[in-house]
Amino acid sequence: MLPAIVDQEGARIMKLVIGIVRPEKANDVLEALYRAEVRGISITRVQGHGGELDRVETYRGTTVKMGLAEKVRFDIALSDEFVEPAIEALCDSARTGEVGDGKVFVVPLERAVRIRTGETDHGAVTPVAR
Amino acid sequence: MTGLANATAAAKVDAGDTAWMLVATALVLMMTPALGLFYAGLVRAKNTLNTFMMCVAALAVATVMWAAVGYSFAFDEGNGLIGGLDHAFLQGVTFAPRDETTIPHLLFMAFQATFCIITVALVSGAVVERMRFGPYLVFAGLWSVVVYAVLAHWAFGGGWLQELGTLDFAGGVAVEMGSGFSALAAALVVGARKDYGRQALLPHNAIYVLVGAGLLWFGWFGFNGGSGFSTGNSGVLAFTNTLLTPASTLAAWFALDLVRGRQVTAIGAATAIIVGCVLITPAGGFVSPGSAMLLGALGALPSYAIIVWRPRTRVDETLDVLAAHGAAGLTGILFIGFFAQESWNGAADGLVYGNAAQLGWQALAAVATPAYAFVVTYLLLRVIGLVMPLRATEGEEALGMDIVQHGEDAYATGEGAILVTPEAGVEAERPVANPL
Repeated sequence: MLPAIVDQEGARIMKLVIGIVRPEKANDVLEALYRAEVRGISITRVQGHGGELDRVETYRGTTVKMGLAEKVRFDIALSDEFVEPAIEALCDSARTGEVGDGKVFVVPLERAVRIRTGETDHGAVTPVAR
Repeated sequence: MTGLANATAAAKVDAGDTAWMLVATALVLMMTPALGLFYAGLVRAKNTLNTFMMCVAALAVATVMWAAVGYSFAFDEGNGLIGGLDHAFLQGVTFAPRDETTIPHLLFMAFQATFCIITVALVSGAVVERMRFGPYLVFAGLWSVVVYAVLAHWAFGGGWLQELGTLDFAGGVAVEMGSGFSALAAALVVGARKDYGRQALLPHNAIYVLVGAGLLWFGWFGFNGGSGFSTGNSGVLAFTNTLLTPASTLAAWFALDLVRGRQVTAIGAATAIIVGCVLITPAGGFVSPGSAMLLGALGALPSYAIIVWRPRTRVDETLDVLAAHGAAGLTGILFIGFFAQESWNGAADGLVYGNAAQLGWQALAAVATPAYAFVVTYLLLRVIGLVMPLRATEGEEALGMDIVQHGEDAYATGEGAILVTPEAGVEAERPVANPL
């Protein structure tokens, strides 16, 4: 286990890592996160636009450019020492090299509560030892 | 398809028989879109349309090829292996009754065409989610002639199996074993999907699968019930057995599911309906209702075993055409050799009723048909593969065949779709749903 990282007041830092990836890469990402020992993941199907070429589709007489592409969004709340491994896992597993591979955003997280036990903050986002 | 019941009443069109066969033809035609629905539910959402379209494609190419040469190769006299070309482009196929039937030759041709169509569509189940649409169209058209028409000639068109005495009521040879063993060859040539064995590739809509199976069963009453070409006894027997055998298979499948996983599954039930219908296809007009129910229960076992075993192999025969059609068709063909009953079919007894020779003729068909279907399909795809790539690239496979092959999405929402107006051309963009 890496050393815990703390802020000026001595509280351990937490981050929310948001990864937006191709749907066909979602399984690979889950596998990579699992290998990086990251637990506690939510995923959502989202639509977005990240500069990739538009797809043209035709339905009877109607031709359209699909401005939004299907993506899968990972929301992962992490204690700080897990942030780098999680980013690395996301990037390595989701990359194809083509435009449209997605993004990773990391934002500070103020509070977290584990509903089952009432544990807060760092304890709530650290995987339970089994 | 012996037509024996009508042999004495030759050369006259019967109104009742013709009315039934018109309906039966439409029922069988409906089975192809029903199969499209069944197959579409079994694949992932991104391949829904492509999978369905492979069945729709059979409606186009198999029908055209059938009218051009397929029917003639199957049902013109010719020799024991293949028919001649006297009926090419439907020459001489008119209102006069087809020999040994009481229905117009033209209607007989149409009824047989619907069999060719669904058989081509069945084979597509082996190659869905990765085979390109263009090569598939070429394959479908050629396969309908070099495999289907030839096997149909062997079993129904006066070919060597029929002459020897092999009994096949509605297509255990050409339709079921023909599609099942060709599917195995096609899966081997085209190769497994890139994610096969690495990820769970699950059916995306179990309701499509159940509705498709239900419509297939409904259509199968025309398929088997029409294969006596009349409203006579053999057709009625086959029609009724088409109710009894799948019901019995379904019950047996429930039991097998319970033993194996402690739960009865819906997709298993849909599969059981198909397996039951396939089992009774060759035997429909030849076995008693009681034997038909026995066939349904016994015949569930080999197909169930193959469905459980096959995904553990490296053979991505994706929608289990071999198990559901090849194995069940073979079981049905052999079952006739044991349980055919002259008191019910007016033609021949099986081993159980004292005629061991019948089992020999059935076993011969069960060896020759798979061998021919497998070898010819394997070579045909290898040859097509030399001219054009059979499968999509890995990237295309990841994106899904609907977008890549057809430029459509089965579940399009329209969100983010920008209308391309014909006047302004592609450059002018008008957001249909403005995100702000």
